[in-house]
Amino acid sequence: MISLADQFLVLVLLINFISLGTSRLIFSIRAVAVQGVILGILPGLIHPFSWHLVAITLVIVTVKGFVIPQLLGRAVRSAEIKREAEPFLGYVPTLLLGALFTALSFGFAGRLPMLPEHQNYMFVPASIATLMSGFLILTTRRKAISQVIGYLVLENGIFIFGLLLAEAMPVMVEAGALLDLLVGTFVMGIVINQISREFSSLDTSLLTSLKEE
Amino acid sequence: MFAALIILPLIGSAVTWLIPYDRLRPKVLAFFACVHFGITLRMLIYTPSESPGGWFHLDALGKIVLLSTSILFMTCAFYSIGYLFYRRERSNRLLCVGVLVCLAAASMVTITHHLGLMWVALETTTISMAPLIYFNRNARSIEATWKYLLICSVGVALALIGIYFLAYATIVAKVEPSLLLDDLMRDAGKLSSGWVHAAFVFLLVGFGTKMGLAPLHTWKPDAYGEAPGLVGALLSGGLVNLAFLALMRIYQLSLATKEIIFFQNALIVMGLFSMVVAAIFMAKQADFKRMLAYSSVEHVGIMAVAIGIGGRAILGALFHLLANSLTKGVLFLASGNIHRSYNSKNTDHVRGALRRLPWSGGLFLAGFIAITGSPPFAPFISEFTIISSAFIQGRMLIGAIFLISLMIIFIGMALTVLPMVMGEVPPESEATSYSDTVWTVGPPLFLLLLVFILGVWIPAPLMALLRDASALLEVH
Repeated sequence: MISLADQFLVLVLLINFISLGTSRLIFSIRAVAVQGVILGILPGLIHPFSWHLVAITLVIVTVKGFVIPQLLGRAVRSAEIKREAEPFLGYVPTLLLGALFTALSFGFAGRLPMLPEHQNYMFVPASIATLMSGFLILTTRRKAISQVIGYLVLENGIFIFGLLLAEAMPVMVEAGALLDLLVGTFVMGIVINQISREFSSLDTSLLTSLKEE
Repeated sequence: MFAALIILPLIGSAVTWLIPYDRLRPKVLAFFACVHFGITLRMLIYTPSESPGGWFHLDALGKIVLLSTSILFMTCAFYSIGYLFYRRERSNRLLCVGVLVCLAAASMVTITHHLGLMWVALETTTISMAPLIYFNRNARSIEATWKYLLICSVGVALALIGIYFLAYATIVAKVEPSLLLDDLMRDAGKLSSGWVHAAFVFLLVGFGTKMGLAPLHTWKPDAYGEAPGLVGALLSGGLVNLAFLALMRIYQLSLATKEIIFFQNALIVMGLFSMVVAAIFMAKQADFKRMLAYSSVEHVGIMAVAIGIGGRAILGALFHLLANSLTKGVLFLASGNIHRSYNSKNTDHVRGALRRLPWSGGLFLAGFIAITGSPPFAPFISEFTIISSAFIQGRMLIGAIFLISLMIIFIGMALTVLPMVMGEVPPESEATSYSDTVWTVGPPLFLLLLVFILGVWIPAPLMALLRDASALLEVH
């Protein structure tokens, strides 16, 4: 089953590149929703069956695959924007940087000691690459929505790493982290709606009135 | 006991949520904050034993942070009764609920020894404060809220991956997989140094962002500048200490590994850089709340440098944690009053505060004298301890940069504060309905009194507590 998990992780990496390379916000939100669903399925592939696992899968798929994308989609529709028009850094350079970071994360993971059973799989590099992609989206995009998408991708990267820690992380803490993510994104969604009302756009580069002279 | 500390504020937040009257809500808030303070005092005197499994354990470090947080929240809750009376134009429901949720989460951070749970609680404090920064509902405050929420959330998320790295290190080392501080400290020697090093880098960046150490401080001036004074006090005196506590937990852990030298040096560099940045931006700051934000950057820098130096400076850092929290309370609450009275926080408009608001103006001036480290106030003692420890240990360069920054900051802050409180009220200054009342002046006065008392006399139990706590952070 683990090799199947590896193929899913490749898919996760591809979705990183889709989010890095697309200017269409709705498309990007959908891509991240698919990523969320994949992340929900992954625990089922690497751990033996239990009802507890089914519950976790259901929660993650609902939250990451449906609730959060729905929330962001609503913000996009209400602000009537479709595209990230002028990112701080163009799409091609971002994609190249994304590729570079992905390569570096494989290098980084290769230098760290791992359990023999994780040695041949890509959990660690995929996690770090996804984290870096999220960070890249966060820092290169202007629109508040894109920044939230970046934050979600970053959190997904952390989540992948969390899959290796089933013994060390109690369920309650895992659930708490997920709940924090949901509430955080929810609050961000509200703030986005307020930004669009206040500035009639979601362009965070308009948020400059607090600059230091 | 542990449960009461967290559940009571949560019950309080549910009650305030249900109350339909804006006038009643702050009083309920004050009631629950008082109860929380009562429980805190009881827990300090009769320390509850460690919970089964070791998840909850109130040690000396936790006690100091819990005490300072509880005093500050209680005082701010009383202040809110007076303050919110002048903000009747909007509902205060979210504010009161947010403060109590934050108090519950903050208590959780201080009593838990489980790094994962600590992370969850810390992130909860970040989120629960976001609606409070947006209290003024205008374009500037939304900008501040957005920066705060995004930068702090990302920062704390990076800390989570650091915690995950630590957990994975325990799995790789084939010791009992755990995120309990005590287990990690016991097994720290066996953990793979690669994972631990990577973890510490992420944890330092993550908690450093939340604490507002330069260069990760960019959200701070905006958030503190646009939030109501009450919220500024809670952020700069309360949340900052929680992030510092998290850093101290990592410090405890690093003591048991080879990473301690790296961690100490990183703290010294970031701390000194924060002080220098604060010194540069403090000068000619026309917005007095933003000035206070840079003062907060300075003081987190002082605390970071102090635990970086080690030795007696650790005692200074812990006392500074308490002193800074109380003094920031005085300054932010008084600045909130001045802001209400002038309806401006620009020093071009705000002049002669001592004439217009003798109490608030006086408190602001006294707070300024205290925070810049002048006797007879508490920050003097702590800063003096830290500097003398730096020189005794022969860290001349660190001591020199520290002293010079303090001096420049004193001058820069004086250039903003003195014209504000002295002189004549500008004739074109608009008249507002605000006037000093017992409810808006009493709370900051109470804090100032504490700052003064701690400056001349440290009670023996508190001193014992500080010694116990600093022993936890000393190299053996």
